[in-house]
Amino acid sequence: MTKKENPELQLGLTEGEKRTLRKRLGREPNALEWAMVDAEWSEHCSYKSSKPVLKQLPTKGRYVLLGPGFDAGAIDAGDGYVVTIHIESHNHPSAIDPYGGSATGIGGVIRDILSIGTRPIALLDSLRFGDIRSSANSRWLFKNVVRGISDYGNCIGVPTVGGEVGFDPSFEKNCLVDVVCIGLGKKENMVLAEARNSGDSVILMGGSTGRDGIHGVTFASKVLSDESENERSAVQIPSPFVKKLIIEATLEAVATGHVKGLKDLGGGGLTCGISEMAHEGKRGIDVDVSRIPLRESDMSAVETLISESQERMLFVVEHGYESEIEKIFDKYDILHANIGRVTEKDYLVVKKGEAILADMPVETVTEAPIIQRSASKPRHIDTLRGVAPPQQPLDLSETLLTLLASPTIASKRWIYEQYDHEVGVRTVVKPGQSGASVLRLDNGKLLAITVDGNPKHCYLDPYHGAAGGLAEACRNIISVGGEPVAMVDHCQFGDPGDPEVFWTFSESVRGMSDYGRELGLPCVGGKVSFYNEDVAAGSAIKPSPIVAVIGLIEDASHIRRAAPRNEGDRIVIIGNTKPEMGGSEYYEYVHKLTGGEAPKVDFAAEKRLWKTVLEGIRKGLIDAASDCSEGGLAVALAEMTIAGGRGVQIDIDAVPSTCKRLDDLLFSESHGRLVVSVAEKHVKSLVELAERNGVPCGVIGVVKGNSLIIKSGGREAVSLSLKNVRESWSEAIPSYMGEKQ
Amino acid sequence: MKVAIAVFPGSNCDRDTLHVLRNVVKTDADLLWHREPDLDRYDAVILPGGFSYGDYLRAGVIGAFSPILKQVREMAREGKPVLGICNGFQILVESGLLPGALMTNLSLKFVCKWAIVKVESSRTAFTGLFEEGALLNMPVAHQQGRFFIDEKELKRLVDNDQIVFSYSDAAGRKSEEANPNGSLANIAGICNREGNVVGLMPHPERASEPILSPFQSQDGLLIFRSMLNHLKNA
Repeated sequence: MTKKENPELQLGLTEGEKRTLRKRLGREPNALEWAMVDAEWSEHCSYKSSKPVLKQLPTKGRYVLLGPGFDAGAIDAGDGYVVTIHIESHNHPSAIDPYGGSATGIGGVIRDILSIGTRPIALLDSLRFGDIRSSANSRWLFKNVVRGISDYGNCIGVPTVGGEVGFDPSFEKNCLVDVVCIGLGKKENMVLAEARNSGDSVILMGGSTGRDGIHGVTFASKVLSDESENERSAVQIPSPFVKKLIIEATLEAVATGHVKGLKDLGGGGLTCGISEMAHEGKRGIDVDVSRIPLRESDMSAVETLISESQERMLFVVEHGYESEIEKIFDKYDILHANIGRVTEKDYLVVKKGEAILADMPVETVTEAPIIQRSASKPRHIDTLRGVAPPQQPLDLSETLLTLLASPTIASKRWIYEQYDHEVGVRTVVKPGQSGASVLRLDNGKLLAITVDGNPKHCYLDPYHGAAGGLAEACRNIISVGGEPVAMVDHCQFGDPGDPEVFWTFSESVRGMSDYGRELGLPCVGGKVSFYNEDVAAGSAIKPSPIVAVIGLIEDASHIRRAAPRNEGDRIVIIGNTKPEMGGSEYYEYVHKLTGGEAPKVDFAAEKRLWKTVLEGIRKGLIDAASDCSEGGLAVALAEMTIAGGRGVQIDIDAVPSTCKRLDDLLFSESHGRLVVSVAEKHVKSLVELAERNGVPCGVIGVVKGNSLIIKSGGREAVSLSLKNVRESWSEAIPSYMGEKQ
Repeated sequence: MKVAIAVFPGSNCDRDTLHVLRNVVKTDADLLWHREPDLDRYDAVILPGGFSYGDYLRAGVIGAFSPILKQVREMAREGKPVLGICNGFQILVESGLLPGALMTNLSLKFVCKWAIVKVESSRTAFTGLFEEGALLNMPVAHQQGRFFIDEKELKRLVDNDQIVFSYSDAAGRKSEEANPNGSLANIAGICNREGNVVGLMPHPERASEPILSPFQSQDGLLIFRSMLNHLKNA
């Protein structure tokens, strides 16, 4: 990173990229042109390192209307309705300003959904923090990230309906804040980020342009250091109230039919907005900086063009209908300015009155040179695989209580009660009721959504770890009765210049791609976030690919939750349990041990499980279902007893398994499994169904009494009162946060 | 019979309330933008939940000065039913149409959860179809919902039968555990002396369809039906 040419601009371009730009233009770019290209060619905007790898992901499917490359993916929900989905992170900003960083992260992803002309109807977050038990910094980040999401999401009236939170010391400095947003709209109202007709007006709407967020993309494309504290000005300032008005005004404007192109201004600011819209529409755009409403009057053209001030949308409005659209913006008291127009010639021209400040071909700006990164397998992968297993604890009841109080496993009520998850009157399956949430759509169908990822597995085996996160997400969708129809991914890694980081990234994408192809699940969008590193600690975060999966439920009678509802119902496990203990919460949290064989994904077995469980639900055989993931079978059973308020008695010997040790059997995080409750009269039919589909299954117990009892060889290996189980699980996070509940 | 739903900049339960009135209660209802009020044509008005004006300064305080409030006051004076839900309740309190104050929750945090709400008075325009003492399942979602009033005024509320809803446990006891925000005397909703203006923190529009309720209940619906019933009999 040199700063020779324009030290005040902090360019992130490499020497090679600078040569390319000079060659393409055939001249020395001026300061504004440097800055615009610097923003557009940042890793954040251009995907210059990740593009060749991401190509592997399958993107086509029966329901797909828009895939990757658009502001959001879009799914055909039938009856003229479209569901949109996008994922964003705001990791760097949240690491130094957790409240503002997480809030603006929501702001960003909401605008992506809005850019398609759809109304945001739900949010989910996937969060990662360090150890909140021992680190005050992690507690500070955790508390304020949650508060940021709460204040922002609640105010704009979009419910936060679900999510997941994981804790691992590798996130001590670099917490991860991923936000998934779901939108709903009419197919006929969909808009794209394009400028197709010359003569159309370019209207900037929303907040004024200020100095916040300057060089945000350059900041996001660097590793964190002690100096990052001084880059607080690179974090944007959130305004949920303005955002709420923007949502309503945008949707009202889109409904007129005169909005021909729409893009949110996020990373890269106006530069990214005009260049990508011109590129999509194969036209040019002229903008006049003197018409842009500024927060501070002495801002330079450079600052104006790359500012990432929040709450701004860029509209391309059909010529002749400008005043109709502007009237809508006035109704909501939203600032707007006609800042330029679409031109025939495919050039980006920035003017100040008559003076031309920048003048570059669109492709020169949008086509960032691809970087071929080298990749090599991290050494730790082979070393850690052979780590010796720990001693089996004497008191497995105590071990289970310890696991239930692990922040990653413990109840997240402390978080989701701070989020309005009911606004919108759509939330059918609510936070805490299952591994996925279910929303009611306007056409009577239901949408299942979840977000998952497992950095501990990925650290030991990025291929199966990433595929496994996707498999887990799909199982959560299935457990509520949904048919998975699409996914979006978000890849979060360290510095891609490090071959080991890049290898891990590539393997993760390969794992998700293979899963998607084998199970027919298309990827409709995603993001990549690199440079999640801390120079002081000299360590990158554990590899964190995160996926969100959406599924459709045709009929409300197919909805299932995790809680067994009737005394006497049988507990059945579907799928095989293997001694795959690497990266398990049991190894990591109980034994402080990183190593061993991480769970592998058997694609064919997952497919058979999907089929069996969905058929079992639709036939009315399965009454409640729960995925079996972090903490394994023992935790899944404990969570089911808590959710249902009823005890269970389990014979662990009936579990289909290749485990030799009891602790492995209880706590293995093998994929391909679901635990279900079934009325006694349906047990036979379900077992037969599983056999027909070639899925191992075991009738392992009964819903009964007020205790969780797990027997092995006739002996009670685990015996806990429901009260005890519930207390460990539900009081853990409030107590780590210094609160009693 | 026609019901108006006032829409302030930042309201976010307006469309939810409209959905319930039109599609569940099946009555005529419209959204009215706060600046173009035309309340003469309406028989009742609902101030919905949300964050009017971003709740800047204090929840509901700016909304209380909005142009539409002038006509809401008139309707209140004329004895027409006026209901404030959550942020709408905050606006009614800030505008002086209802007494007391809604302060930051004792936990200092936003709280979204299902609560048990006890009907304390069935004499209002919105509770006529309930039996007193009935227990309703309804969600709350707010950060400033802790009702407070001084001792003298509290006595007046009690004496005039102005406490309409209170948080209670499943046995109908007004326990501390059942109180989600630290409200004085577990108060969840109150009315004016005449009983035509009611404000409550819980969200009846979120509790009007069995599919949305963890208890398959629709207890909130009776609040809207009571309003229609009141209008019919008026």
